[in-house]
Amino acid sequence: MNQGLQFDDAGRLRHLLTIEGLSRQTILEILDTAESFISVGEREIKKIPLLRGKTVVNLFFESSTRTRTTFEIAAKRLSADVINLNVSASSTSKGETLLDTIRNLEAMHTDLFVVRHAESGAAHLIARHVPSHVRIINAGDGRHAHPTQGLLDMFTIRRHKGEFGKLKVAIVGDIMHSRVARSQIQALKALGVAELRVVAPKTLLPMAVEKLGVRPCTRMEEGLDGVDVVMMLRLQRERMQGAHIPSEHEYFNLYGLTPAKLALAAKDAIVMHPGPMNRGLEIDSAVADGPQSVILPQVTYGIAVRMAVMALIMGGTPTSRDTGMRDSPSRAPVPVPRKKRQ
Amino acid sequence: MSLVIQGGQLIDPANNVNGKKDVFIDDSGFVVGVGKAPSGFKTKKTIDARGRIVCPGLVDLRARLREPGLEYKATIESEVHAAVAAGITTLCCPPDTLPVIDTPAMAQMLQSRAWRFGLTFIHPLGALTQRLEGKLLADMEALDEAGCVGFTNALSPVTDTLVMRRALEYAATLDLTVFLHAEDPWLRNGGCVHEGEVGTRLGLPGIPEAAETVGVARDLALIEQTGCRAHFCGLSSARAAAMVAQAQKRGLPVSADTTAHHLHLTEYDIGDFNTQCHVRPPLRGKHDREGLRKAVASGIISAICSDHQPHEPDAKLAPFARSEPGISALETLLPLTLRLVDEKLLTLPEAIALLTHKPAEIIGVETGQLGIGATADVCIFDPDARWTLTEDKLVSRGHNTPFLGQTFRGKVTHTLVGGKLVYDGSKT
Amino acid sequence: MTAVIDVEAALARMAEQLQPALKSHPLMIGIHTGGVWVAERLHHMLDLKEELGTLDISFYRDDFTRVGMNPQVRTSHLPVNVEDRHLILVDDVLHTGRTIRAALNEIFDYGRPASVLLACLVERGGRELPIEPQVVGERVKLGKNQHVKLSGPEKLELRIQEANG
Repeated sequence: MNQGLQFDDAGRLRHLLTIEGLSRQTILEILDTAESFISVGEREIKKIPLLRGKTVVNLFFESSTRTRTTFEIAAKRLSADVINLNVSASSTSKGETLLDTIRNLEAMHTDLFVVRHAESGAAHLIARHVPSHVRIINAGDGRHAHPTQGLLDMFTIRRHKGEFGKLKVAIVGDIMHSRVARSQIQALKALGVAELRVVAPKTLLPMAVEKLGVRPCTRMEEGLDGVDVVMMLRLQRERMQGAHIPSEHEYFNLYGLTPAKLALAAKDAIVMHPGPMNRGLEIDSAVADGPQSVILPQVTYGIAVRMAVMALIMGGTPTSRDTGMRDSPSRAPVPVPRKKRQ
Repeated sequence: MSLVIQGGQLIDPANNVNGKKDVFIDDSGFVVGVGKAPSGFKTKKTIDARGRIVCPGLVDLRARLREPGLEYKATIESEVHAAVAAGITTLCCPPDTLPVIDTPAMAQMLQSRAWRFGLTFIHPLGALTQRLEGKLLADMEALDEAGCVGFTNALSPVTDTLVMRRALEYAATLDLTVFLHAEDPWLRNGGCVHEGEVGTRLGLPGIPEAAETVGVARDLALIEQTGCRAHFCGLSSARAAAMVAQAQKRGLPVSADTTAHHLHLTEYDIGDFNTQCHVRPPLRGKHDREGLRKAVASGIISAICSDHQPHEPDAKLAPFARSEPGISALETLLPLTLRLVDEKLLTLPEAIALLTHKPAEIIGVETGQLGIGATADVCIFDPDARWTLTEDKLVSRGHNTPFLGQTFRGKVTHTLVGGKLVYDGSKT
Repeated sequence: MTAVIDVEAALARMAEQLQPALKSHPLMIGIHTGGVWVAERLHHMLDLKEELGTLDISFYRDDFTRVGMNPQVRTSHLPVNVEDRHLILVDDVLHTGRTIRAALNEIFDYGRPASVLLACLVERGGRELPIEPQVVGERVKLGKNQHVKLSGPEKLELRIQEANG
């Protein structure tokens, strides 16, 4: 289903809209590439010329300083020119359609759009209507997907826990409204984790969630029992208004990650959170700042992962022509095989 | 013009006819002979129907013509042309236009607009409450006099149960039929897809099955209380169909229809945010489709309609939840129903009944059958013709259909309204 | 059809040619993958004290938009500061010169060396840029469809091969 839109005819990743449809091999390739970019951030000159002369537009219909900044840093480290557009303030509020906004920007010779939008499916819609040389990265669409966050979470897990096949993972929080959770679930399933649980009250578990391949739990005691990775989700305070939960106090008591609850997990379990954290609501400060937390490093990994995604989708199609450089064509990049429809 | 439709297989389920019989139509547009010419009949024109099926013109219980108010999407002129090209001779349209059809003047204007084109008959449904606001009753008697064949609040919920009770009671007083789009607005909660696996995967707000069943339960209780004759429009879930079946068993005066697309598509057809599958009520699960198909086969659902909603391209070129729901469906009403015959769910006469006399009975209009004395509203189609639905073939202004590119069996060759040949596609 | 070049003899010639450069206390840097194998041998033969640097030029290629990312990227590792140092840049085969151009760009992103000396195991014609080696193990003349490849790292072997199409 996905493959046609995210991949080009040679099977190369062309857009990153969702983790769904990416094979295990593709995901690992992205993580491996990200590893090589970590070292760039440790050099004096934190720049490599891969995307020199390319224009990257951060098109954020939903404002977000942190995600936008990491994309900006990632693009600049690849020597691309970056333009930030906070569209929520401008054209669309004047009634311009989403596609018209994109078309106007294309006319300014953009090579890559990083798009964040409040509606599920926005990135797909844009990807269907841009010319073939333009690339799209989904930086979050509604409740649907946030693939770079999912990938950086996998990067974090691999760095701290190694092989995925033996891991038990729990995702805790507002699964129903979370695009991060959906991307994490898809990535973890593609990478073949041993067990994946989601933990939330029924009011925050989406219908038929078990069809995504997860075990739904409504109690932390069941959900965290023996897990190697605890992934916390941010709870938006509006959930009280929608009658999903009665109060912050009650939510913290039942689902907040405290040292006592963390003790239910494996002794060396790691704690993750995509940020920003609501201390005292979904996570206790003692845990957020504690020895098992890997929340701060997640930020550095985010830059490297986004550099990797940009580099992979902006690289061209392999040719059989000898370009005169080593490793081509005899060791030209292997086209990524498409994931088979199950 | 007295004419004979010659050589075709006449299928007229209302009169139990299914066989090779010529149809004789007089100057005034009435059927005067079936099988053999009445004495003294002088044929002025012959329509060759050899190899074709001749049936009553189709009666579509729900089609939006976009006038008045939404002419940028489509007009009565464009849509009645699409209707006759699809063998549809009678259209019933909901009152949710701009302005709403809640006065006799509006109802009359609509009918006379349609009359100008002399193609299909248009029978409006009148508003149940003023401006469809669900607070004050509309002038149902005056609207009835002005030609409305039923009353509905369309897709605007009547949230105040007391107002709903009064509306049904008042309609019952005047022996009018109320057309219900049963849905609890709070459970609907701004959703745009079925609350299920696909909605969860795509992160789209869902409308649970309970939104429909709670709505149906409330309305059934009030129907029982008031004795009002009611018709449930566009059932989407198996459970709701089962509830209607039980009510019918208990003797309640309720009928129901479903759309042709709900009998074929499910939530899975949404795929990757295909806005052409954004409809209201939503496409639900596979077992819902099964339940609706069984209800159609067993007669619980007695009509299949198009729920035609033509849109301009921009309406569908938006993120899914922001796109407008609806399919341009006139031209796939017959083909999709014929597919049910191919899939052995229905016999051909049963299928035709669901598109002709049964919906006609629901709106109480004298059409949908071709017995002697009936108005000659006729549809002639080639049951074996295979054709592919493409944008250039669509007559409707709306090209919003998920069936583009699909191949169908069964093509309309002629359509007659009141004995007049209003569509001749035999040479295309 | 393959022909073999004597690697040990070529390495010996390179080591001899590099003797004069040793008095400037040079830093040796090898280019992945073949250049690193050669540099490791030379590093040992010349008994250099400071750690060998390795360079992966994937991020500095001039054909990125055509060829894309190589999934097998190794990282560059320059353990010693190149600022004001005399460098010996080592590669296995010098052909068009584009790889060396990329390596120079990368080195200069790390710092400003005092000088760079290019040492290659095999020099074949076909230069597309004005880049010439100071130290050469073996010079060969090859046809358009011929390639020379170094295999290793255990036993270094050089083979001239016909390219298939």
